[in-house]
Amino acid sequence: MADTTWRTRASGTRPVRTAAGATVLAAVVLAAVLVPWLAPVDDQAVDLGAKLLPPTWAHPFGTDEVGRDLLLRTAHGLRVSLLAGVVAALAATVVGTTVGGLAGALGGWTDRLVMRGVDLFSSVPHLLFGIVVVALLRPGTGPVIASVALTHWVSTARIVRAELLSLRTRPYVDAAISGGATRLRVAVRHLLPAVLPQAGLAAVLMVPHAIWHESALSFLGLGLPAHAASLGTMVNSARGSLLAGQWWPTLFPGLFIIVPTLAVAALAAAWRERLDPRGRPEPAL
Amino acid sequence: MTPRPAALPWGPMARMTGRRLLAAVPVLAVVTFGVFALAAASPFDPARAYAGTAGLGARQDVLDQLSDNLGADRPFAARWWDWLLSALTGDLGRSPTLRQPVADVIGERLGWSVLLCGVAFAVAVTAGTALGVLTARRPGRPLDRAVTALAYTLEAAPPFWLGLLAVWFFAVHLGVLPAGGLTDTGSDTVTAGQVASHLVLPAAVLAFTQLPWFVLYVRQGVGDALREDPVRGARARGLSERTVLLGHALRSGLLPVLTLVGSRVPELITGALLVETVFSWPGIASATVEAATKADFPLLAALTVLATAAVLAGNLLSDLLYGLADPRVGFDG
Repeated sequence: MADTTWRTRASGTRPVRTAAGATVLAAVVLAAVLVPWLAPVDDQAVDLGAKLLPPTWAHPFGTDEVGRDLLLRTAHGLRVSLLAGVVAALAATVVGTTVGGLAGALGGWTDRLVMRGVDLFSSVPHLLFGIVVVALLRPGTGPVIASVALTHWVSTARIVRAELLSLRTRPYVDAAISGGATRLRVAVRHLLPAVLPQAGLAAVLMVPHAIWHESALSFLGLGLPAHAASLGTMVNSARGSLLAGQWWPTLFPGLFIIVPTLAVAALAAAWRERLDPRGRPEPAL
Repeated sequence: MTPRPAALPWGPMARMTGRRLLAAVPVLAVVTFGVFALAAASPFDPARAYAGTAGLGARQDVLDQLSDNLGADRPFAARWWDWLLSALTGDLGRSPTLRQPVADVIGERLGWSVLLCGVAFAVAVTAGTALGVLTARRPGRPLDRAVTALAYTLEAAPPFWLGLLAVWFFAVHLGVLPAGGLTDTGSDTVTAGQVASHLVLPAAVLAFTQLPWFVLYVRQGVGDALREDPVRGARARGLSERTVLLGHALRSGLLPVLTLVGSRVPELITGALLVETVFSWPGIASATVEAATKADFPLLAALTVLATAAVLAGNLLSDLLYGLADPRVGFDG
């Protein structure tokens, strides 16, 4: 009874969700790339006559406390956040794949040592770890990316290690080893290609997390500098006008942290359903 | 005759707790070592940090003398060892920015954080369970879809942004609740009524950030339980839908969720760091952010250890509950 509705509804919405997720994601990336390129307004330009105007047709998102158009600023901030998120996610994936790969391929003591390290990293809350790293290395683009990468590699390392452990028992790997292939050849020819898709999916899923963390650090004043305003920096600098009743400088940058996350989550859910149609949709983002 | 509840396995549980406490010692030591190593690699100068604003115009030889007194020129491993030994005696050093022993800062602020997180967590568990059961009853219906979509959106929304929008709506626009702090401005005494009214917004926002996880997991757990044999059997016996839902499906569906509650500590700390900052709540998490922005190293080191200990305690609680709920798992971990 409940069974059938659950299934048919889920599979019935999959193409819609895939299309919606892909469209929204493409629009967000295009906006982040094209708007700052097509409208290279001086981000530092000040027009005090037009400060804190509510949203109108001329300024769909309104203007900020020094009269800059918030639609343009949000697009610029989105670009900064996306770039920081992608770079941090790539760095975390490289670290995670290397660490997980070493643990899974070498096994034994290396594996045990690495897994202790992974447990250790999981026992410090991510944002707190990021705060400590950025506080001690001084706020800035490099430390923010480093802190996000340093806290996010753990899940990728776990995925890669688990995948390698299952791969090592496959017949074709056994065949390669008995055929006299060197360890390096087995790793490069047989293990790496099998692991990369998993690591790639993990990297894509990590981008929204990385953006979330970057914006949280920036909001706390520990993130990207004001001249490279990210979405989090914009929300932070909007706090003053918020208390005076102007909601739009806070609302719009925050919305653009949520939208890419939901689009990626919809795509990932559709992807998982395609890989395993009988599996239930993952509740975690 | 009702069956007598079996006695709890106190012995195995105590042994597991003991093993975890022993395992926590090296973890905490390595975490502090990492913080000290980061500080050694950082451009920040402990002598200048200690002197604060007075250090801005200080002569270099005075600063050198101060750094000598603080032992800042010694290798970080030696300073870490000294810190560890004095921490064991309860001396966590002095916070240069708050001009107070670190232990006093923790003592003053920990209670407010526990109050905020406890209330928020209780609200999230209660509301999450209720919404999860309601949505699991009729999957795919409008209520289920609305709640699920809202849960995904809430999970993606940054807590600081939700907090600021709540401040704007309830404190600025409607003017019904205070925007932040613990007491009204100008009032020195802390009364229960004032604390309660100042607690509503931060606790609600923190609860909202924790809610999606509970809703989605309870929905999943109860939804799965509704399709299993015990529920089919209960329906076949003609039991009312209410009894089936609350007595059978909720009981078996909620168990895996409750055992995972302890593992939510990291997310709770993350939420508290942002929510306490937005609402200027005088708790331990906002002190951490302040310590970080001012590079207050002694405070930051102690608070990192405290947070790590809280996460380990949460994991232990989670594993104990899991062992109790499912005897096959046991207490060997």
